[in-house]
Amino acid sequence: MDKYAIEGTPKTPSISFDLNGGVLEIKGRSIPENSIEFYKPLVDALDKYSSAAKSATTVNVQLEYFNTSSSKCILDVFKKLEGINKGGSAVTIHWHYEEDDEDMLEAGEDYQAIINVPFKMVMVAE
Amino acid sequence: MVDVFDIYNKMERNNILLSFKGEITSDLLTSILQIMENKMENMQEEPKMKKKVYNVLVECLQNLYHHLDDSSNFTGDTNRSAIFMIGKIDGKYSIFTGNYILNENINGLKARLDEVNSLSKEELKEYYKKVLNNGEMSLKGGGGLGMIDIARKTGEKLEYDFLEIDNKVSFFTLNIKVSQQN
Repeated sequence: MDKYAIEGTPKTPSISFDLNGGVLEIKGRSIPENSIEFYKPLVDALDKYSSAAKSATTVNVQLEYFNTSSSKCILDVFKKLEGINKGGSAVTIHWHYEEDDEDMLEAGEDYQAIINVPFKMVMVAE
Repeated sequence: MVDVFDIYNKMERNNILLSFKGEITSDLLTSILQIMENKMENMQEEPKMKKKVYNVLVECLQNLYHHLDDSSNFTGDTNRSAIFMIGKIDGKYSIFTGNYILNENINGLKARLDEVNSLSKEELKEYYKKVLNNGEMSLKGGGGLGMIDIARKTGEKLEYDFLEIDNKVSFFTLNIKVSQQN
């Protein structure tokens, strides 16, 4: 497996994980009722990637909405990335937020405070 | 005969945009969210307000959805049915939810709501991070973050009430206000 990709739905984001290029993208809405089930394949893919990680790993998170059920799963994903960063692949998480969306910026800052990985806050014009 | 006009008038007085009474399913949540998103689009609501209302709606509705799982031991009238309403008065949105709850679960829920209501904006932020990072993940996924998130995003106290129905169950109502300022 060198690529893990799933299409977005009204309740779940699109995910594209290029294991050869070391690029992970999560985009859209993440508001499923059962987010553990949704995020498990990604967490498993990250586990697989961690044993053969590239020298640099780029993560782009561009969420329009996410629910609190997803927030814990996103933290789990970031914790995996923290381990990958520790293991020698330079991880950067680009957290995108829309210009007027202070809640989304704050959510990114919450993760930044918990996770020991460089974050870049990226403002997106509407 | 059901007094439909009476129900209509009550909703009209409270500027109810959408209401639902019945079983809360995953598909229903998707539909309600879609309808409200379209409504706010048509009302030309400001993007910032739209996002806040949408976020709070998701949490309120999913609280209802998950909570009703716990009530499998209810029978008859006190089943998986719940009520949801959203209204807009003077530029402020009000979301109302109501559902049955076992009396034995009231104290726990009340303690959590009071705790959230006692915290300042800054304290809520810290509490959220603490629960996010250390809190147990429930199988349903929420793990108690929903109410904290709602209080944080709205900057308003969570108004609630428990109406005792009999010695087993009560009816729990929650009113969340969402306004532009916060």
